[in-house]
Amino acid sequence: MFRFSATLLLFATLLSQTAPGPSLTLLSRDGRRAIPLTIANDQESIGLDDVASAFQLTVQESLGAITVSYKGRTIILTPDQTLASSSGRLISLPAPPTRVGRRWVVPVEFISRALALIYDTKLDLRKPSHLLIVGDLRVPRVTARYESLAASGRLTIDATPRADSTVTQDGQRLMIKFDADALDAASPLLPPQGAQSLVQSVTVANATTIAVELSPRFAGFKATAQPTDTSARQIIDILAQADTTTPQTPPSTTQTPTPQQPAVPELPPALGAPVSPIRTIAIDPGHGGEDEGVKGANGTKEKEVTLSVARRAKAAIEARLGIRVLLTRDDDKNVGLDDRTSLANNNKADLYISVHANASMRRSTIGADIMTVSFGKDEILSTAPGAAERVPTFGGGLRDIELVPWDLAQTRHIEQSTTFAGLLRDQLNTKIPLAEQPLQRAPLRVLESANMPAVLFELGYLTNADQEKLIASDAFQNTVVQALYDAIVRFRDALSAAGGTQ
Amino acid sequence: MTQRRALVVVAVLVVAAVVGALLYTALPRRYRATPGNTVSAAPSTAPAPPGRKIKARLFYVAQDGTHLTGVEREIAYGEGAVAQAREIVAAQVAPVAEPLVSAVPAGTSLRALFISDKGDAYVDFSHELVSSHPGGTTSELLTVYTIVDALAANLPAVRAVQILVDGKEVDTLAGHIDLRQPIEKNLEFIQ
Repeated sequence: MFRFSATLLLFATLLSQTAPGPSLTLLSRDGRRAIPLTIANDQESIGLDDVASAFQLTVQESLGAITVSYKGRTIILTPDQTLASSSGRLISLPAPPTRVGRRWVVPVEFISRALALIYDTKLDLRKPSHLLIVGDLRVPRVTARYESLAASGRLTIDATPRADSTVTQDGQRLMIKFDADALDAASPLLPPQGAQSLVQSVTVANATTIAVELSPRFAGFKATAQPTDTSARQIIDILAQADTTTPQTPPSTTQTPTPQQPAVPELPPALGAPVSPIRTIAIDPGHGGEDEGVKGANGTKEKEVTLSVARRAKAAIEARLGIRVLLTRDDDKNVGLDDRTSLANNNKADLYISVHANASMRRSTIGADIMTVSFGKDEILSTAPGAAERVPTFGGGLRDIELVPWDLAQTRHIEQSTTFAGLLRDQLNTKIPLAEQPLQRAPLRVLESANMPAVLFELGYLTNADQEKLIASDAFQNTVVQALYDAIVRFRDALSAAGGTQ
Repeated sequence: MTQRRALVVVAVLVVAAVVGALLYTALPRRYRATPGNTVSAAPSTAPAPPGRKIKARLFYVAQDGTHLTGVEREIAYGEGAVAQAREIVAAQVAPVAEPLVSAVPAGTSLRALFISDKGDAYVDFSHELVSSHPGGTTSELLTVYTIVDALAANLPAVRAVQILVDGKEVDTLAGHIDLRQPIEKNLEFIQ
């Protein structure tokens, strides 16, 4: 066993301290060591002499074979052969042993496929990280993902294998300390963030800690741990200070002065209850392909803004709520109206949101609408309760199934659709321009077949020049996504309280 | 003599009964023969005098762009419900000048119209109703209810309206409003 300094040094700095050129970092309870890597036969390879030195191996070359021994166990390699024998077992290497100058080099997989079979300590080769962990060290692979929204952001940190972590604030930084011996993490963990981003950078601070640098707009955070059997996820909601350009209400003369506190909006609950009434949401970006929908005077197309909003919503909802989000289209193609609701019905979506942009014959018209379905009197009568059919079941017996015509599937969900429309209206209110009467009912072809609560969300009017510019902007779309997110959280909570969907 | 007098009286009574029966059955049938229609104010037997007008309520886009507003107009009198419906639709789709704005795309013309026994009006328009439509749920709603309400609000004989384009049924005009079956009058969109 090799011996090094008794102190575990900073893994990130290790990488930068190694000799010029790539190297494989060995990490053990005794410390760490770098073994130079070379390229042979287009494979990342290591010198057998370096491996022998690090692991106290004996290497002998005789009768056209290379014998590697460790405590009486042997590996037999044959030059120019990818097959080898390790402790009597046949193994395969991605490239044969190759002589380079006076030494033999072998692919790094030699360690995991051959040496690990004869060595008496666990060897964990992490080739992408150029890391070799010797023994039972806890070295989780740590990755980070960040999503920026209008007034908040969500940083998701995954550690695999599972390693619990704690988050503390240190001024303008958050420190995430892991219960581990070292971290397997590239530093920085995130690509460069924009100047406006709440999170400026995420880097490895020391052997077991990650530092999150925050912008001056940072107001507060909430961390939620989500361990699973194999990994641990830390979700950190980061909130921005209230917009300082917003006019302040003059303080009441009788009010007791209080220290200035940044406005911290109420956080939506992080991931849902064990059994959520909403597990799948279908988002329908209106139009697509040859059907461009409404076209603004400056060329903004409805089919493009609807897809952009839908994609943003999918990313935010899936990452932050753990709810599966299906898009009825994820590119510029025309999808039939029935195919859109079919996707939602066949995947048992719990909510259907069709995103559109509006048009008016009068260019001054502005504002968002949320629409639900209205049916004619004849249609409502035809769906009266009692329409059921008795059908045979597998294994014998009969079962009554309720029959609802495809085009009238929405009739059973109108109440909940209206509830969600109201929640979305509440979340949008004051954040984006709303129509004078934003809740509307109409015989909407695109919603009638949806067998779940469903709304049609009109973002605003592309026929108005100001609205066209607004709707195409990132800020507007992020605001809309945040409102959708908040409405979904509240709808989910309302359904949970009421005992589930219809 | 008494017997002859009695026979004469019986004969007169029989003739009177036959004539009475004829009058009772034949005359009403003759006067009921006029086809019934809901525009019943006009005499049904005489041809409509040239230039005769009736008042109808037509619909245009309100100032807010999200509702319709009713405008009373004099339009040509049509003989019977179908002819009158044609006149109403023709007037409704005709170009208008500011400040009126029509929710029916420019260039749209009426191709055909008939009314079923149930009171469903089938109104066939030229392709401009779809091809020249600006899109958007609200404008599509206003286009549909301009047509539906113009007929259903002016003609009691019309219960609902199915819009056809180029002689065929259409799913929607612009991807939102279901036109696969007749749509009933809805005054929610009228200011």
